[in-house]
Amino acid sequence: MKDRTTARGRSRTTGPGRDGVAGAGPDGANEASAGPATAPPRRRGTRLRGTRRHPGSQRVPVTLLLPALLGLAFLVLPLIGLLVRAPWSGLSEQLTSSAVWDALRLSLICATAATGVSLVLGVPLAWLLARTELPGRRLIRALVTLPLVLPPVVGGVALLLVLGRRGIVGSWLDSAFGITLPFTTTGVVIAETFVAMPFLVISVEGALRAADPRFEEAAATLGASRLTAFRRVTLPMIAPGIAAGAVLAWARALGEFGATITFAGNFPGRTQTMPLAVYLAMESDPEAAIALSLVLLVVSVAVLVGLRDRWMSTP
Amino acid sequence: MNSPHRTSPTTPDTTTPGTTTPDTAPGGTPPAVTAAATAGAALDARLRVDRAAFALDLALAAAPGEVVALLGPNGAGKSTALRALAGLLPLTGGHLRLDGRVLEDPARRLHTPAEQRPVGVVFQDYLLFPHLSALDNVAFGPRCQGRPRREARAEAAAWLERMGLAEYASVRPGRLSGGQAQRVALARALAVRPRLLLLDEPLAALDARTRLDVRAQLRRHLADFEAVAVLVTHDPLDAMVLADRLVVIEDGHEVQSGSPAEVARRPRTDYIARLVGLNLYRGRAEGTRVTLPDGTVLTTAEELSGPAFVAFPPSAVTLYRERPQSSARNLWQAEVTGLDLHGDQVRAELSGALPMAADLTPAAVAELGLAPGTAVWASVKATQTHAYPA
Repeated sequence: MKDRTTARGRSRTTGPGRDGVAGAGPDGANEASAGPATAPPRRRGTRLRGTRRHPGSQRVPVTLLLPALLGLAFLVLPLIGLLVRAPWSGLSEQLTSSAVWDALRLSLICATAATGVSLVLGVPLAWLLARTELPGRRLIRALVTLPLVLPPVVGGVALLLVLGRRGIVGSWLDSAFGITLPFTTTGVVIAETFVAMPFLVISVEGALRAADPRFEEAAATLGASRLTAFRRVTLPMIAPGIAAGAVLAWARALGEFGATITFAGNFPGRTQTMPLAVYLAMESDPEAAIALSLVLLVVSVAVLVGLRDRWMSTP
Repeated sequence: MNSPHRTSPTTPDTTTPGTTTPDTAPGGTPPAVTAAATAGAALDARLRVDRAAFALDLALAAAPGEVVALLGPNGAGKSTALRALAGLLPLTGGHLRLDGRVLEDPARRLHTPAEQRPVGVVFQDYLLFPHLSALDNVAFGPRCQGRPRREARAEAAAWLERMGLAEYASVRPGRLSGGQAQRVALARALAVRPRLLLLDEPLAALDARTRLDVRAQLRRHLADFEAVAVLVTHDPLDAMVLADRLVVIEDGHEVQSGSPAEVARRPRTDYIARLVGLNLYRGRAEGTRVTLPDGTVLTTAEELSGPAFVAFPPSAVTLYRERPQSSARNLWQAEVTGLDLHGDQVRAELSGALPMAADLTPAAVAELGLAPGTAVWASVKATQTHAYPA
């Protein structure tokens, strides 16, 4: 440190003509110390570590390998079973029946609507959690996360108690506006939103925390209000995180069962979504249930493909 | 050497190292004095930011067109000062006026938020918006000021043209080189037509070769800029090339200010002395004799009285193995503690009554048989020292 500064200083005193060049030499080296100067040893270090514990160079102990393979089989076999027992010949017939279409259409509409509501409410909520010094922020985050771990049926019961016809808010909605939410298509959307929004909030909050808040400061110095900075700088920068959160929420909403059946019931064409239809079909027409399950499996795989960059890229 | 001894430049409260600013007296800044002192000033600020572990207290004034460099070691408070000027960090005391308009005055609970200040900032790592093209980055400011989209983009294109980046208008920042990104950042800051341009370590992120070019370009753009520019750097060369005036900050306080030449010639702290490569001592002068606190006496060419600094370059030091038969009165015993090659010279670090750095040719080092631990005699001619009031 001292050497460097004195060296630079000396070049100043030796004459203005040489200043620029002589001074910039040690200078540049100093600035670059985070990069090229220290890079070679660091690179060497990782290479050493790499050769020492290369994953393939050691034998995997059987006590770990066996349960691992069993676990894999346990997860994959049911899916294979579904494919094996699928009524491939009658599949097109099954899938074109109006009941299936109704359920599928309702599922897609409700899951999409729930995702939309989650985006509108969840992104600002995530921003609030990530970017402000809100008092009780930790508690709020815990409350937001609760539906993630709460059994969905409990969520459905809770929704009924609040928004049901005799619920705290529901009775008021009913008497003041004549609005009834439970056992309607809107109720399905509400139940799905309740279960799916936490996924979106957590995902977006993570993206916001990873995004450098100084970009918002830079926007402020350019005359952008906080809202403008959020809209024109932050939002585009965290778009991938929002998209991932939205896909997660959508997938969760699509598969929602417990809260939906509790809060919205099971009326074909109105509140009977795919999972409910599958469950009911298992009793009356197992082949239809398998066909419906296949559809949901395809949707799930599509979601996975959509998210592969985020989840499957880590080796 | 024989230049007249002017008393300290520009700011009335030049401080001696180790003492605090005289006007930290309660009551803040006396308005009458400020008004008089800053009649022609576009920027008039007294930045006070108190934090648990750190306190910044800095008076800053600048005329239109002036480029002021805040120079100081890491952690001295330069960036804090810059953030406070930008409005990204609220002041806890003092005031900030720009072109006569009060932007911030904590005593009156006045704080103009960053987005409403006529201030442009070039950040250290530029912070170009990665999802926008170079053109849209530059157009961002004018757009926020309510300019129609087409007009803002046309203006941005003109700025890029001026920066010699017209053909990069549609390129995203991730694909620009360091020097190009720096120029886009400068264009973006200038496009809001700021009355105060702030540059945070504008050249720190560049490699040595790019630095030379960009420094020269930046110097040109700053010379064209008609309002106040404040530049933060820890690099004395950047500061001296780019700025009209240096303000050296240590521990949140100004320790010296003046033109680059003045600061380089008359350093007032060890930090600056090291930066400009001088041996610096502080003592009491009586005539041409300066007595240091430990009793060592230096003879200088200039007559002074009272507290004084003595500075001399390492090249003014001559080393001997035996006590020389010379008339030099500045002669001390010393021990070599380190030898380093700098360019074509060897820098010897000496300890003893007067710790100092000395420059020799490699031939002289060989001839004298110098090595760490070698005992030597060091002499400095009085005419090669420079004494000035502390």
